[in-house]
This record gives sequence, C-alpha cells and structure tokens, in this order.
Amino acid sequence: MSATTPSLLKRITPQLIILAVVLGLNVLVFPDFFDVSFRNGRIFGNLVDVFNRGAPVALLCIGMTLVIATKGIDLSVGAVMAIAGATAASLVTEGHGWGTALIGALATGLLCGLWNGVLVAVLRIQPIVATLVLMVAGRGIAQLITEGTILTFNNEGLIRLGAGTVLGIPTPIVIWLALGTLATLAVRRTALGMLIEAIGVNEASSRLAGINSRVLLICVYLASGLCAALAGVIVAADIKGADANNAGLWLELDAILAVVIGGNSLLGGRFSIVASLIGALIIQSVNSVILLSGMPPEFNLVIKALLILAILVIQSPKIGHLIYMLRASGPESLPERPKPAPSKAPGDSTS
Amino acid sequence: MNVKATLLASAIALTPFAAMAADMTIGFSQIGSESGWRAAETTVTKQEAEKRGIDLKFADAQQKQENQIKAIRSFIAQGVDAILLAPVVATGWDEVLEEASDADIPVVLLDRTVDAPDSLYLTAVTSDLVHEGRVAGQWLADEMAGEPCRIVELQGTTGSSPAIDRKKGFEEGIAGADGLEIVRSQTGDFTRSQGKVVMESFLKAEGGENICALYAHNDDMAVGAIQAIKEAGLKPGEDIKIVAIDAVPDAHLAIANGEMNATIELTPNMAGPALDALEAYFADGTAPEKWIQTESKLFTSEDDNQAIYEMKKGLGY
Repeated sequence: MSATTPSLLKRITPQLIILAVVLGLNVLVFPDFFDVSFRNGRIFGNLVDVFNRGAPVALLCIGMTLVIATKGIDLSVGAVMAIAGATAASLVTEGHGWGTALIGALATGLLCGLWNGVLVAVLRIQPIVATLVLMVAGRGIAQLITEGTILTFNNEGLIRLGAGTVLGIPTPIVIWLALGTLATLAVRRTALGMLIEAIGVNEASSRLAGINSRVLLICVYLASGLCAALAGVIVAADIKGADANNAGLWLELDAILAVVIGGNSLLGGRFSIVASLIGALIIQSVNSVILLSGMPPEFNLVIKALLILAILVIQSPKIGHLIYMLRASGPESLPERPKPAPSKAPGDSTS
Repeated sequence: MNVKATLLASAIALTPFAAMAADMTIGFSQIGSESGWRAAETTVTKQEAEKRGIDLKFADAQQKQENQIKAIRSFIAQGVDAILLAPVVATGWDEVLEEASDADIPVVLLDRTVDAPDSLYLTAVTSDLVHEGRVAGQWLADEMAGEPCRIVELQGTTGSSPAIDRKKGFEEGIAGADGLEIVRSQTGDFTRSQGKVVMESFLKAEGGENICALYAHNDDMAVGAIQAIKEAGLKPGEDIKIVAIDAVPDAHLAIANGEMNATIELTPNMAGPALDALEAYFADGTAPEKWIQTESKLFTSEDDNQAIYEMKKGLGY
C-alpha cells in the first residue's frame, strides 16, 4: 500500500491545478478571499463557504462516481434529495425526533436506490432511462409529502445537520469529508473498487469471472440513493424547511459534471472518488467567482459555461498530447519516447 | 368561529342580495398548484364565492393550457353565468374567448393578462409588479429619512417579469432619496436556499457592517437571507433592514419576531374584486374598467403580524 499515496497524488494532480487556478480567480475578483475568521461560534470566510456550499454536490458525486464507474448514470439524485428532505421535514413536524427523521430520510433514499437498482440490474433497462423515471416522478412524490407547501420546522437537532457546527466547522463539511473518506477506504482498501471497475469495463466477462454483478449494481444505486438522501436532509436543514419544488433542482447535472471534471470516464471503468470530490469543489469555486465578481446575474450561466468549457478543454486528451509534443520539441528536452514506468514488475509488459 | 359569525351576520344582513346571487354559477379555471401563493389564491377564491352564495365550479389545469381551454369549453356547455380564468400563458386564447363571448358569458382574468383583444374579456384583476417594487423603495427611503444607505438586492429568476418589474419599481422608489444606492444585486432564483447562499456571499464581499438594507424580490429569499445574516453574527431587522414582497405567512412571522422590517402584499384575493365587478355587471350592466389593480398593501412591525400569520397559515401557502 506504500505506492497508493504517490499514485493517488499523480492521479489528482490535474484537478488540484485546476482548483488552484479557479481559487486564484476568486482572489483576483475578491482579494480577501482566503481570510478566515472565527465569528459567532463558527469559522467564517469565503473558503469555508466553498466547502460548505459544495457539500450537496460533493455528497451526490460520491454515489455518482460509483454508478458511473459501472457504466451507469443516476439522473434521479436531485429528485431523491427533494423526497428525503420532505420525508425528514414531515417526520419532525409530526413530532418525531431528529434521529428518527434522519433514519426515515435515509431509508427513503435507500428505497429510491433499490428502485433504480432493480430497474437497471434485474429488468436490464438502460440506466439513463431507468433513473429518468424517478427524476420525473420524484419531485411529484416530494410534493405529495409536503402537500405542495414549503414544510418548515424548528427541530434543533435536524437544523444542526445543515446549519450547525462541529467544533466550529459547519456540519455539512464534516459530513461530506467523513463520508468521502469512508467510501474511498471501502472501495480501495478492499476489492470492492476493482469489482465495480470490472463491471464498468465489461459486465459480461466480469460475471463470467465470478462477480455477482447484479447484486453489486443494485448496491451502487443504493449507495447513490443514500448519498442523495443525506444531501437532501442537509439542504432542508440548512433552510429549516423542505422545498419540494426547488431542493436539488438540476443538481444531478452538477454531480455528473463533478465526476467528469474529476477525470472519470462516463464509459465506466477506473474511477477516483477523491478526484470527483475535488471536481465538486471546483464547481463550487466557479459559483463563488460568479457571486463575488458582482457581475449582473444575466452573465452567471455564461461565465459558468465558459469556465467549465475551459476546464474540460484543458483536460481533453488531444490537448494533453499537444502539450506533451510541444514540450518534447523544445530545445532543452530530449526527444525520447516515454519509457514504461520503472516501478513496474518485469512480467507486466507482456500483457 | 369568527369566520362563521361573520358569515352568519352578512347572510342575515344581505339576505335579499344573497338570495339573488345564490342563483349565480361561476366557473374558475385555475393554473394548478405551482406555488404556495397559488394554493392560497384557490382557497380565497372558494371562500369569496361561498361568502357571496355563488356556486363555484373549480377546474385545476395542472399547468397546461389545453386543459384550461377544455375547462372553459365545458363551462360554456354547462351554461355558467361567468368564468374566472387565471391564464397559464399569455397567448393562444382568442378562439376560446370568442366562443365564450358568443355565448354571452363574461370572462374575468385573474392575476395575469392575455394577448387578446380586450373586447374578449370583461376585465383583468392583477397586481402591479412595478408598483410593488416602488412601495418597497419608498418605504426604505422614508425609513432612512435622508441618511445614506448601502442596499443589497436579491433578484428573482433572471429574465422573469416579476424580477424585471420589481427591480424597476424599487429603483424608481429610491430614486428621489439621496445616499440610497444598490451596491450588489444578484439572483436568488426566488428560492430560500439560493437567497441564503447569495446573502452569504454579499456579507463577505461587502462586509456585514457595510450593508444597511436588503431588498428581496420575494419573501422566501428574504427568509433564507435572514438565516445567513444570523449565522454571520448580525441581527437581521436591526443591523440590516429587510424589505421584501409577497407577504407570505413566514414573512409575517419574521416581522413579528423583529427579524424583518416590511413586506408588501401580493394579495391572493383576486377573486373578491372580480366577483364584485361581476355582481355590479349583472345588477345593472355597468362594465368595469379593463384593468382592476389590486392593492399592494405595506405591512410593517406596526401591524399585528402574529395574528396575520395565524390567519394566513390556513390558506395553503
């Protein structure tokens, strides 16, 4: 396992550079961007906001990374957020404790995940269509739960999940960092990650190799539903109310984008949760640039699109190759082809 | 109890009138349940009809124009006395309105207007969005009484007509007052969560102590912003004055708690003036003006907001 850390660092280097550049843009439009103070019992600053406001997308992209690694996609996460938030809110307004509300919301998320998983793994419906069903129906279900209103609540325990702090750090940050670490350990310290990648690369052969792909597929959709439910509870707790119309609206797209910025292929296979999480931070930093720049809101989406386009172009293999060629043709560098990595075992090259 | 007593009293006082109105059947084509405000409008319309002894036929269009057209045709077939229409879109009404006009059934538009010749409907009852913004601006100008004030603005969804008109009205409202300037303006998409997020960035970008007032295009965004201000360790309503539009129950609650200063009502009672106009029209044929503007009432801490909150809570907001 000693090789893990350097190889992980190498894997996420492009994302880290992009994050640094976008944060640099933030400093450019707002010089005091990195100022962090302690105010009203919590750390307070723009950088804290990026981590705090990035929480929903960060949570979503943990599950989304696993789903996409199996060559699937989960369009329903935004709607699941709305359902989970509505469930939690209606449970506390009926007088239950925040623990019950949280468990109820997470159970709803798992149920949604099970629905998606069964459609994809058992009934063999294309993931994009299978999850589209819940994406469309989910918001209606959430509205049925809240009866069309913004269901407000005053349960301190539940509110603390979204707007509270742990040792001065906003709770959402603690939650997504913890879940991200947990998920990374679960897939990398066991064979789970490799099995998921195997399904994404070639499901038929992975099944022939003895992987129970059906159960594993259902499991990744369950994980995605669980992450979405947690994000939904946080969003509802943050505003002390469940807004079935707007909670998680279009966030499935941001989550997919975070996974793509994280350098994961939509065609499945190798994945990195850490890189996806940095992708989520990059998206939130872009949002932060827009808010701090003070530009009229008509420019918001255009600026976001241009920045995202720039990020994706820089990451594209063609550009990477071009940069490599330019460097290779420089006067100082040697015009040699890249050698196989020296750390590789001798037997590897014969594959 | 109170409502019942009032109803009883009005029923006794207006017996001959109520008996006359009791024969009236009115069809109401509602857009659907798109927001809390619209749910409240439906509730109030039903209440207003009941109060007048009118038989109200209600049709929910689920946000589809074809459903509304179907509903109007069925109202015409049933031979209703009049039709209330809250149109989901502005265009495409000419044909069905002509059918109603041929059947001599007056149509009253509620809270939105249509792109059709105004001979095809009796009148339109709507609020004036620019006026709402102007009332908010004037309130703040009066409140500051000549002192300078740096204002931040939470806009509605970019490009929507409430966002454009409420911004325009507010700018007109503060135009006369020196020292009042909007220093930051950004969209909060009419939602609580975006209101909170954008307010957080305002507080950091300007510094909370440099912001004197917040103007939000709707109450939901203001309610979100109040939480952001509290989390930044400031007192909403005192350190930062807050004025918004709509007068939803939660805004009254916030004013009652001293966390908000003013809200301008977008009344859900569009049906009251509409039914008044219809009754006058049927009584002696007086045609109303083509546009009936509803009152944009200003609520501040001087009103009994707790009581208003209790009253409005049951309307379905």
